[in-house]
Amino acid sequence: MNERKPKRSLLDRQGIQTLIASLLCIVLGLLVGFIALLIINPGGAVKGILAIVKNFFYLPNARMQMQYFGSTLVKTAPLIMCSLSVLFAYKVGLFNIGAAGQYVMGAGASLYCALALNMPWYVCLIAAILAGGILGGISGALKAYCNVNEVISCIMLNWISLYSVNTLLAGVKESTSPYTKAVDTSNPSAMLPTLGLNQVFGNKYVTLALPLVMVVAVVIFILLEKTKLGYELKATGANRAAAKYAGMRENRNLILTMVISGGLAAMGASLFYLTGIEQWSVTQSSVPGMGFNGIAAAFLGGLNPIGAIFSSYFIQHITDGGGYVDKSMYAAQISDLISSLIIYLCGFVLFFRTFMSDRIAKRMEMRRQAALAAEEGHGKGGVE
Amino acid sequence: MAQYTVEMLHITKRFPGIIANDDITLQLKRGEIHALLGENGAGKSTLMSVLFGLYQPEEGEIRINGERVDIRDPNDANDLGIGMVHQHFKLVECFTVLDNIIMGVESTKGPFLQKAEARKRVLELSEKYGLQVDPDALVEDITVGMQQRTEILKMLYRDNDILIFDEPTAVLTPQEIDELMQIMRNLAAEGKSILFISHKLAEIMSVADRCSVLRKGKYVGTVDTKDTTAEGLSSMMVGRDVSFSVEKKPAETGEVVLEVRDMRVASKIHKNDAVRGVSFQVRRGEIVCIAGIDGNGQTELVYGLTGLEPLKGGTVSLCGKEITNASIRKRSVMGMSHIPEDRHKHGLVLDYSLEDNLVLQRYFEPEFTNRAGFMRRGNIRAYAERLIQQYDVRSGQGAATTTRSMSGGNQQKAIVAREIDKDPELLIAVQPTRGLDVGAIEYIHSQIVAQRDAGKGVLLVSLELDEVINVSDRILVMYEGEIVGEFDPKQVTVDVLGLYMAGAKREEGQP
Amino acid sequence: MSLLIQYTLIFASVLILVALGGCFAEHSGVINIGLEGIMVMGALGGALAMKYLPDDTSAPIIFIAVILSAVLLGAVYSLLLAVAAINFKADQTLVGTAMNLLGVAAATVFVKAINTAEDASNVSSGIQYINAKRAFEVNIGGFQVNINYWFILVAVIALIISYVVLYKTRFGLRLIACGEHPQAADSVGINVYKMRYAGVLISGVLGGLGGIVYITAGVSEWRFEYGVAGFGFLALAVMIFGQWKPVNIALAAVLFGLFRALSNVYSGFDFLANLPVPSTVYNMLPYIVSLIVLAFTSKKSRAPKAEGIPYDKGQR
Repeated sequence: MNERKPKRSLLDRQGIQTLIASLLCIVLGLLVGFIALLIINPGGAVKGILAIVKNFFYLPNARMQMQYFGSTLVKTAPLIMCSLSVLFAYKVGLFNIGAAGQYVMGAGASLYCALALNMPWYVCLIAAILAGGILGGISGALKAYCNVNEVISCIMLNWISLYSVNTLLAGVKESTSPYTKAVDTSNPSAMLPTLGLNQVFGNKYVTLALPLVMVVAVVIFILLEKTKLGYELKATGANRAAAKYAGMRENRNLILTMVISGGLAAMGASLFYLTGIEQWSVTQSSVPGMGFNGIAAAFLGGLNPIGAIFSSYFIQHITDGGGYVDKSMYAAQISDLISSLIIYLCGFVLFFRTFMSDRIAKRMEMRRQAALAAEEGHGKGGVE
Repeated sequence: MAQYTVEMLHITKRFPGIIANDDITLQLKRGEIHALLGENGAGKSTLMSVLFGLYQPEEGEIRINGERVDIRDPNDANDLGIGMVHQHFKLVECFTVLDNIIMGVESTKGPFLQKAEARKRVLELSEKYGLQVDPDALVEDITVGMQQRTEILKMLYRDNDILIFDEPTAVLTPQEIDELMQIMRNLAAEGKSILFISHKLAEIMSVADRCSVLRKGKYVGTVDTKDTTAEGLSSMMVGRDVSFSVEKKPAETGEVVLEVRDMRVASKIHKNDAVRGVSFQVRRGEIVCIAGIDGNGQTELVYGLTGLEPLKGGTVSLCGKEITNASIRKRSVMGMSHIPEDRHKHGLVLDYSLEDNLVLQRYFEPEFTNRAGFMRRGNIRAYAERLIQQYDVRSGQGAATTTRSMSGGNQQKAIVAREIDKDPELLIAVQPTRGLDVGAIEYIHSQIVAQRDAGKGVLLVSLELDEVINVSDRILVMYEGEIVGEFDPKQVTVDVLGLYMAGAKREEGQP
Repeated sequence: MSLLIQYTLIFASVLILVALGGCFAEHSGVINIGLEGIMVMGALGGALAMKYLPDDTSAPIIFIAVILSAVLLGAVYSLLLAVAAINFKADQTLVGTAMNLLGVAAATVFVKAINTAEDASNVSSGIQYINAKRAFEVNIGGFQVNINYWFILVAVIALIISYVVLYKTRFGLRLIACGEHPQAADSVGINVYKMRYAGVLISGVLGGLGGIVYITAGVSEWRFEYGVAGFGFLALAVMIFGQWKPVNIALAAVLFGLFRALSNVYSGFDFLANLPVPSTVYNMLPYIVSLIVLAFTSKKSRAPKAEGIPYDKGQR
């Protein structure tokens, strides 16, 4: 029974392979982005791509760098939540493209609670989670009971939630602009506590949100990997029929997954808008890109909650970096281009990993045969 | 003219980690029926795929009518006159019979299909060889037998002279098998050369002229069937003598474990119910076998028993307690074990490790999950290792192996281990030996009999008549959703069962 | 009222074209979630043709050039899906999603680059094509025929051709076989990879065409950062509702087109405008309707059996 375990090379580990694949996606994504810049305007391309990659390092002094690093982090927090939302659903076999809509619902619910109902921040946060959870649950239920493809139902719900939230928040907008009222002046109790982090970064928007999302990422990791619920959910995702056979309530699991997933994305929105860094425009005609970037971050992070923290930061870093390119030459959307390219390339990760595993397996096989031939002591074999 | 129409010389085909064909030679004479015998995994299908152009061999050569050829894809095979009836039919279900026959060699006018001519030819061919089909019926609506005739017509329509039949009898009734044998003889008489892949010795003895045997990817030999016996072929195939009968003591039946009354289950495909008022009992210490042709309601019957599908009518009781509407989990906890028909669909989460699959029915028990909801990994590992040891489940990396990478036989062993170790009152085993080699089949049969001897009730659903007769204590034949006969395996013949299975006969008194 | 009918027909045309595109891809076995991005690319191609063709070009030439460039860009863009899904067995949903995002981002970056190159202060992502559109306006027997009617005609022709191709030709028979049972197709010598490429490319052609029709309906300038507002997904809903059959798709498209048109023109109907519902309800209507329709039709769907499953010759 005890087979001799062959020595595993470092490259044979799945985590390492994923990391290499992700880095490759980043490099290729940036490369194509650079080529796009070259095509548009060869003169500024090098400066342009550097601006994107440097982001706040572009700024002259350490204090400002720290401050803008803080801003990037503030925007990273919701992105981490969105990517957790996407990866959580994906682990259970669902493609939650509806993170964008759930994010919108979260923004709507928490801003409405903050501005219209004057609720404190934690109530706003819970309201957001509930709203997003319900929206996600609708997709989950449609999938479980009506066999509606979750991608299509999510897209429809994205639009429905955008129009609903615009209508809802029109009641709490500033009279002279399409933006909702500022949270800090209208209802300071709805502002997230800063825990002194604002001092550290010299940026008043850095709040509790940042440590909180890290905690959530760890919780999601533990939930998926260590608990009975995770075991059930992943089994449902990998093989719905087998989950049913094993007496798991597979429909409940599908819906529960989408509820959690929706709650995560919506919580992200709440953690963003309750910092006061941005106000919601009730005339916006497309859902914020945060949910879609969440897809990029989830896959780039190798569908690992901890990986998602880093990949989310990277995506947000280059998205913000897009703001530093020379507007007279390039559009800020160049960073959207790069991140969507990265999502596209992530589609190849599986192929790349299989390719790498196969290569390693072949090499091992050859080595094993060579060893065998050497042991047997005759010249046969060895070379294939 | 060369003596052999097909010669496959010293063929070697490797896949990562395994040599599927190791220096195999096969020679087919014109107008003969040549059987290719071997256990599952012996390399028969790979060899035929090489001949059919689906795989390229690493070594060896193929000669057709004495000339060396290169077969790169099925088109090349077709041009050389080679046709194949695959084990799993390659028919598009939403197309008509005619569309399936002409697909790939359609006659057209410009880009448009011209079907009238083709239709006429199909009818002529079906007349000539006695292959009755309705060219305009959709494949999804016709019987398995007619689907097979469609596959044969596909080859004839292409004027193929070399016909490969890959395990063609697995899905047929004994009577249909006889018909097929006659068709094969007709074809050979018309000058077609036939390769007949099978692991059923009786069929080979009855229809084949010669037989080549493979074992574990290697060529064992070729014999004339008139110079050998079924036993002789079997020891060539397995490499040792095999006892075909299952050793078991007489049954000592006890109280009723499973009681089914007037069960009805709706069909997913048809308007008529799949199970139409079935009643029977299973007692402790007996193996009750449901026999029948695939698709006569056995699958739905099991779904109804295990809770995978709701009942449309009737009741089910387990150990005297009604479980008609109980959840799957409830039934499992009450003592029902289920070795499912499709191990990949229901039986295993292929992406999970072996240990996670071994606790699939018990993961929620306090032994494996603590009160806070965390999995007790140490206990799971220990439990898995005990099962692996006890039931001899082999895998590359022990308990941590991804189940997908295991062989079919070991996957099945893992399921059997899991379901038996649950210590059930009732074991429902659906085609538990499908696709396994002789060794694994023997092992699983002995485990099922051991359960019976330990006083459990066993319900076995099988399509293999040998298994039905050898393993069971009582046989119920199912036809079109009803039980049409009950038999004592010691007093019934395969032919009689066949008549009931085909619906030609039914017992008086059965509804 | 006539405005409602006109808009209904235009939107129905878009949906027919794009849904047929999805239909071809799925019949070959590839799920095309990226139709939205393909539409944007097709729209970009057509809009660029209209922008750069001289004003005095004759109408038929403009028409052909616009269609050709929309189709070409759509088809080339769809190759991204084909390569990833067919050769590299990538997750088709992921790749399609990436293409939707990439389509909008790339078109925006590109158009902004053109605009800023022309005029450094112009950072808009819009292209104007009012002059080119005017070229299509013909007066036939006192009836004003504009670009929209031409495109409705295109959609009807595409519908007829699709029907014939799918059900009456060798190509159609083989294509459907690849989406239903690729192993069966392969065993009779049909090249599954090639047929799937064909299916995806046709979806690119039709999606691109749908894109240009969509942006020329009613407006004379398109801002590319807005994409096509989920229309590619509405088309997928239409395709499912139409059960992957061209004629049913056409009927479904008219229904969805009606609801989509309502959101554009409801204010023209006094009784609708006076209803005590917020205007956004009309905006949401097409999406709500499609959700409801999907909820009732998805259970018994007859989707191609092998759609979404990468074909691997070695695995049988």
